[in-house]
Amino acid sequence: METTVTKKTERLIGKPIRRREDPRLITGTATYVEDIELPGMHYAAVVRSPHPAADIKGIDTGAAEQHPGVVAVYTGKDIDHLGAVPCGISLPDLRIPHHHLLAQDRVYYVGHPVAVVVANDRYIAADAVDLVEVEYEPTDSVSEPEEALEAGAPAVHAEWPDNVAFTHHQEGGDIEKAFAEADVIVKERIVSQRLAPSAMEPRGTVASWNSGDESLTVYSSTQIPHILRTLMAGVLGLPEHKLRVIAPEVGGGFGSKCELYPEEALTAFIAMKIGKPVKWVLTRRDEFLATIHGRGHIDYYELAAKKDGTMLGLKVKIIQDVGSFHMLLTPAMPTLSVLMLPGLYRFKNVHADVVGVFTHRMATDLYRGAGRPEATHGIERMVEVLAAELGMDPVELRTKNFVPPSDFPYDTPMGVSYDSGNYAAILEKAVQTVGYSQLREEQQEARRQGRLMGIGIATYGEICAFGPSPALPTGGWESATVKIEPSGQVTVMTGVSPHGQGSQTTFSQIAADELGVDIDDIVVTHGDTSTVQHGVGTFGSRNTAVGGTALVLAIRELKEKIETYGAMLLESDDVSYAAGVCTCNKTGKTVTLGEIAMTSWTGPTYPANTQPGLVATNYWEPPNFAFPFGAHIVVSEVDRDTGEVAIQRYLAVDDCGKVINPLLVDGQVHGGVAQGLGQALYEQVVYDDTGQLVTGEYMDYALPKAAMVPTIETDRTETPSPVNPLGVKGVGEAGTIAASPAVVNSVVDALSHLGVRHIDMPLTPEKIWKLVQQGGSA
Amino acid sequence: MKTQINVCINGLERTDEVEPRLLLIHYLREVIGLKGPHIGCETSICGACTVALNGKTVKSCALLAVQADGQDIVTVEGLATNGQLHPVQEAFWNEHGLQCGFCTPGMLMTTRELIERNPEPTDEEIRHGLEGNLCRCTGYQHIVNAVKSAAAKVGG
Repeated sequence: METTVTKKTERLIGKPIRRREDPRLITGTATYVEDIELPGMHYAAVVRSPHPAADIKGIDTGAAEQHPGVVAVYTGKDIDHLGAVPCGISLPDLRIPHHHLLAQDRVYYVGHPVAVVVANDRYIAADAVDLVEVEYEPTDSVSEPEEALEAGAPAVHAEWPDNVAFTHHQEGGDIEKAFAEADVIVKERIVSQRLAPSAMEPRGTVASWNSGDESLTVYSSTQIPHILRTLMAGVLGLPEHKLRVIAPEVGGGFGSKCELYPEEALTAFIAMKIGKPVKWVLTRRDEFLATIHGRGHIDYYELAAKKDGTMLGLKVKIIQDVGSFHMLLTPAMPTLSVLMLPGLYRFKNVHADVVGVFTHRMATDLYRGAGRPEATHGIERMVEVLAAELGMDPVELRTKNFVPPSDFPYDTPMGVSYDSGNYAAILEKAVQTVGYSQLREEQQEARRQGRLMGIGIATYGEICAFGPSPALPTGGWESATVKIEPSGQVTVMTGVSPHGQGSQTTFSQIAADELGVDIDDIVVTHGDTSTVQHGVGTFGSRNTAVGGTALVLAIRELKEKIETYGAMLLESDDVSYAAGVCTCNKTGKTVTLGEIAMTSWTGPTYPANTQPGLVATNYWEPPNFAFPFGAHIVVSEVDRDTGEVAIQRYLAVDDCGKVINPLLVDGQVHGGVAQGLGQALYEQVVYDDTGQLVTGEYMDYALPKAAMVPTIETDRTETPSPVNPLGVKGVGEAGTIAASPAVVNSVVDALSHLGVRHIDMPLTPEKIWKLVQQGGSA
Repeated sequence: MKTQINVCINGLERTDEVEPRLLLIHYLREVIGLKGPHIGCETSICGACTVALNGKTVKSCALLAVQADGQDIVTVEGLATNGQLHPVQEAFWNEHGLQCGFCTPGMLMTTRELIERNPEPTDEEIRHGLEGNLCRCTGYQHIVNAVKSAAAKVGG
């Protein structure tokens, strides 16, 4: 795509502007948490449990404390007066174990923080970790959620011997009737394996205590600085207004930095204790051990349909691997899946049962898509299983069952209202672009030659732009402040906290168009609770749809004030503002935004009933989610001798509503697809049957490299969302949601003539080779 | 206990006393104050710490500072000259070859070497040439475009 370097006041929404974030990032001058240096900095390092389940019989910190350079060692007893790591979700039978910042008398997963060492040098802190002697008495552990549910399994928490963390039931329509009327019922067990979000910047925190005014400054690699402040103030027992949280440059998150982690609060606690700034940054090994994992579903699907392919109803049982503790939103992951179970299809009968299960593993929580990839993978696999059962073409089957464009807004049986869409049109566009019918002919020819070629289709709908406040424990609104400085330059403060999305660019485009000023006269800031009005943060593909809308509405309010000042300066009651200039509609006389701004701040006189200054703040509560959708088609070929999958084509046709910057939308789709494809083919967090994490480094966890990802063709339809004035929906998670079923469907299709109906991810060569060798019978 | 090293970093001569176990990445970041190279994995896989040592890219998390004694080091901070971005930097900016930016300093250093060695790389050669650098954000496609664009600019 040809990028535009613009300095003109032309309309910028919809243009592929190169990013305003990039100059600092390509010159090595950006400041991530680990780059922060403060005078007298100390370093914290965490002692972690090597056992998945054990009683702590004693901790000897003597040798570590005496090690030169070590300032302090803290264990569970030192922090037992502090609050627990919070879980923000409530469900009727939710069981929330008290999640201390450091283990008390027991450890519950490999990597569980047991002690923290503080030294004046990072190498000394690391040395001293090895000097802390912890006496453990290991007990039986349970790692697999279905084993944890069996009678007699080791109890993760003694008070709940059934290991059930929560249950959830939701239904719509009449499922019994649907199944009674069905000609065919297809069933499948579908696993969405545990994944490591694996932002390239590991988590880290720097904390600095000012004893004079008893205030704390915390720099953290977080997606939610304002929420983190509220939570951390609660855990530490510190007045919230004495705590300043700054999210500096943040190197990716994908949901994993939407938490209050124990180490963040511990770093703050230590800074307050020793009166010196403290830095703590995870190693990659500890990142794998102690940053939340995503997915972790075992799902049992039953799909009922008529012989002609009309889908009637869906029964699903979801087993969510919780890990040993809840993190901030853990129980909401499978309940979010439930909301998206029907996909884009119009059947009205759905029955869902969820059980969250404690296991001796790190917690699961938000990872790109957060519950929605699991649901989409499930329904899009089941549609293929049904198509195979009925001998129907999967395109025809989908098209027959889509919600039609005339039905929007469409109330689903899961109680949400899809805002807008044309599902048949986007699948048709993908089918035409990829040359579907010709590909089917090529497939026939390939099979005659003994080659294993497959065509995989996935359509998806996504619930995003989180969201109306009832859907979130944090509030689902977002904020923006727009200030015209005396010089006429514009400062935007947004409550979202982008960490790679490019929102400084997209928000600048929006502000430039709304205000009619040069984009170079706009600066977008975020991520500092002392300077930015309260905000919610960045997750759930919400930045542009919710934060961008707050920005638009703040500017619209400000424009009224600009015209009030313009009227005073032009001595007219008939003025209008556009493109940086206020014009008297009678005389044609003009006054610039700069002149208006200077007057607004410096006077000497002000319009009647009007405050000095040009600044406006908007907190926008969305009336609904937005629902992007799309169709991805994958052509793959399986090597029958090695079981390797080669992706020959990947076409992504997405509809994220109105596009602000097509370059950035493509980037989001590419990155999202790479993560979904990573799940489909390569990635898996593996704990062995003794509860040890096997995939603890990039040597063992197969994060996609450049040569493992195909070229992705992108295209779009553009259906504006009626939910917000920009018409935007969201695109951060779309690629991830669509990619795993598209890839798996292509491989199952390649093997379908061998009788293969389903394969669980990741599609490792070993797994595929065995299926080919067995002639398909899995 | 400490060992003296003499190095040239981004064109400037330095002499420092360092602990023998000090990693090159920590020397660059904490002794010299060059925060461009990042630490992503400490196991020489992710490549966020990539710098050039005597013109060849190395993973500075897998070398000791003392191993750089007497040698010439270039980091991402040394790419731009006289306020002009290096063509590789310009290409990553134009092609949207970065999102969170954490892997970017390493990607830029690897790209510089890649197009020096192979001025007209194919997509496949680029993807294999970037195997020592992980990116979680971009799906690599815009990075591949950036490498091609930089190669065309440098070659042309």
